[in-house]
Amino acid sequence: MEKRLIAEFSEIVTTKGVLYSPEELAVYSYDGTFEEHRPDLVILPQSTEQVQKVVKIAARERIPVVTRGMASGLTAASVPFNGGIALSMTRMNKILEIDTNNAIAHVEAGVITADLQAAVEKQNLFYPPDPSSIRHSTIGGNIACNAGGPRCLKYGVTGDYVLGLTAVLADGQVIKTGGKVIKDVVGYDLTALLTGSEGTLAIITEALLRLIAKPKYQRTALVEFRDLNDAAQTVNQILAAGIVPATLELIDQTAISCIEAAMHLGLPLDMEAVLLIECDGSDLETVQREIDQIEVICQSCGADKVSIAKDENERTQLWKARRSVSPALARMSPNKLGEDITVPREAIPEAIRRLKKLSSEMDLPIVIFGHAGDGNLHPNILFDKRDPQQWARVEQTVAAEFQIALDLGGTLSGEHGVGILKRPYIQNALGKVSIDLQKGIKKTFDPLNILNPGKIFPDD
Amino acid sequence: MTELNLLKIPSENEYLNCIRCGLCLAVCPTYREYLDETASPRGRVALARKGLEGELELSSNLIEQMYACFACMACNDACPVGIHPADLAIEMRFVQEQIKPAAWKEKLFGGLIGRPAKMELATLPLRIYEAIGLRKLVYALAIRRLFSSQLRDMEAMLPHQPTRPLRQVLPLETKAVGETRYRVGFFLGCAQSLMFSEESAATVRVLARNGCTIITPKETVCCGMPAAGYGRQDLVEKHAKQNIALFEKVDVDTIITDCATCGSKLKEYGEILAHVPDWAERSAAFSTKVQDISQFLMSIPLEKPTGRIDARVTYHDPCHLKRAQGIWKEPRNLLKMIAGLEFIEMPESDWCCGSAGSQLITHYETSTRVMDRKVENIRSTRAEIVSSGCPGCQMQIASGIRRNNLAIEVVHPVQLLDRAYHNLEGDEWKKD
Repeated sequence: MEKRLIAEFSEIVTTKGVLYSPEELAVYSYDGTFEEHRPDLVILPQSTEQVQKVVKIAARERIPVVTRGMASGLTAASVPFNGGIALSMTRMNKILEIDTNNAIAHVEAGVITADLQAAVEKQNLFYPPDPSSIRHSTIGGNIACNAGGPRCLKYGVTGDYVLGLTAVLADGQVIKTGGKVIKDVVGYDLTALLTGSEGTLAIITEALLRLIAKPKYQRTALVEFRDLNDAAQTVNQILAAGIVPATLELIDQTAISCIEAAMHLGLPLDMEAVLLIECDGSDLETVQREIDQIEVICQSCGADKVSIAKDENERTQLWKARRSVSPALARMSPNKLGEDITVPREAIPEAIRRLKKLSSEMDLPIVIFGHAGDGNLHPNILFDKRDPQQWARVEQTVAAEFQIALDLGGTLSGEHGVGILKRPYIQNALGKVSIDLQKGIKKTFDPLNILNPGKIFPDD
Repeated sequence: MTELNLLKIPSENEYLNCIRCGLCLAVCPTYREYLDETASPRGRVALARKGLEGELELSSNLIEQMYACFACMACNDACPVGIHPADLAIEMRFVQEQIKPAAWKEKLFGGLIGRPAKMELATLPLRIYEAIGLRKLVYALAIRRLFSSQLRDMEAMLPHQPTRPLRQVLPLETKAVGETRYRVGFFLGCAQSLMFSEESAATVRVLARNGCTIITPKETVCCGMPAAGYGRQDLVEKHAKQNIALFEKVDVDTIITDCATCGSKLKEYGEILAHVPDWAERSAAFSTKVQDISQFLMSIPLEKPTGRIDARVTYHDPCHLKRAQGIWKEPRNLLKMIAGLEFIEMPESDWCCGSAGSQLITHYETSTRVMDRKVENIRSTRAEIVSSGCPGCQMQIASGIRRNNLAIEVVHPVQLLDRAYHNLEGDEWKKD
């Protein structure tokens, strides 16, 4: 990047907020995937006003701006493939207000999600969205990707908690959407539009988040199944019985053995699947009754064993296991490709059957785990990228996975987003009419195409 | 980059397996201060890989990122794939020293630190500073205020200086009080002998009181941690061989250290020399004998102290004790044995204190930021004493406490036990 521009940006964010050594550019070239491309400059702003000034220069100079939080995304959405500015929001990490009367938190985009949760829980409030990356992802990133997590089954996704946003538009103007109101039908819902827009429409700098009362009690069960199909059927039986657990997670045999190899928790290695089920609420009796009912349902569906966590420590261990599935898979093979297809929950058993069939047809191991309760599955293909033949089969397998989801009335992605990795499949999923309309929206927001260019939509 | 083929470089499994999940960012003290990927374990792994694969030059800036790591090993523990970013950063320092050795490191770690007598001579001015009352004068006349903040913080790191190094005072053999139930070796670390001689004196008293006859070989050299930290893994091997040979001459089943850092290095000798002909077995035999003082004391029928210490006490987990040796219950249980002592956990008790050996000197800003976080956590407990079995942590925390104008005493857990043994009249221990 030209020296005069570096100097100009340094005046806005100070020299400590502008990075451009080869080493610094190199570490801002990736996210949680294997994609890489270096930015020309890294900027770490500390206020909405600074972001505004940076964007104004970027617009003037036609420099791409790729916004990122802690870069744990799984679609390369924050990888700056066209160079330009990597705008890291991590230093905008203030919790501006926890309004206990209205149960609303006002935060800057760079607040780490787990930090927000800890802060509101001290006030007996609760921010439910819990992506596996809660400790290494930011609220801004969660909103930009509309992140999910296990608890979505009962509590909904990130977007369900965003009441309002402060964002910087592509020309440097600031827009405030929504507000501290629960109901708001004045004009288009721009809050919802920006949520999940992956930094392509505007740069989210602050958010108003809805909080709820903290559930006082949790009961967590680990249920073992000899037959993966039984586990999948059980999910629907529980929900059909009118019980909505906070989480209903499925982990298959390969994933279990990976966790066990990494963490030695004594998980069963001879089972085809386990379900991790948690009920929560503010009334102990209700929570206990629900978990007891679930135990009965599981047993009638062919569960081999139901174990209920005896204390908080056991519960923490179970969740630690669940959260480590995805990374622990990396121990199994040199590479893995995880998707997050989502199907109507009734179709889960069928989706699993088809994925297993696909795995044997393509001769590639596919590990299945995920948020079975809301139909969001994470099939992970294990492979070795150094083998070109395998890599070709992987690409075919991914396409087939997406087709399975679409055929069953589902969608490509439940919580990771599109980024660059799912771009080739989006037209098939949404159709030309929708894509054209969305491209029009992008053009209205960002006529110069400087905000995270090249993401979500295939090139014309 | 052909020359890399001739060097001892990290195995590619140590960086290729990184899946870039970002879990390590959450636990890294330097990342959490700067919120900049460059200061993160994931960033350092990426830089190591790019440097070794030739995509980036092994520039001074790249190597500096390896030195910016505090080697607290929190990332090693957090990594779900099982790679060790902190170890990789240390290995990269060794790569650099092989390509472009720094002469001063040879002099410091090869010459000075490898020879106890020279170390004692070199630190003599500090003892004089204390002994002739100059230090008291510096405080009384508030001369410290004239120092730069870094010099002030470094001065505050110095514990009360002993009149003579403990190495010169301790006998080769200290007899057990009463019948000898255990014959143990004592590895007297450099910092313990030169700076914290009162602590190690307490260690020896406590051991003797509990039926140990203690052999303290005087010719021990540095455990090797400082050399490793500065990229001279080759000198660590040299130090290791000297120390192993020395302890082979004394007949003991256990080798005790009261320094968390020494302990973690000594326990590593077996691994370090595993591939060196003739040394694999000898080093393994040595390392299996090494025990931290708290580990040893809690494994024997320890005499319960009858004296009281009426104070609120918190405990800081040294990285080299908790993560490197898996010891965290023992020192707490030891403290809880003392009547009157009110034990209180601090938040983030195993978060690095920012010492990391010499970061206060080499990376002042980062070190003090991490230190202030630690001090805030200590302050929140309203403890009167903070206890920790590592001289590096103790110096750092003492400096942080003074820097924040607090009055909290920093001691080794074994010192509190020693005091409790000597407060037999139920006399409440009072601060001096």
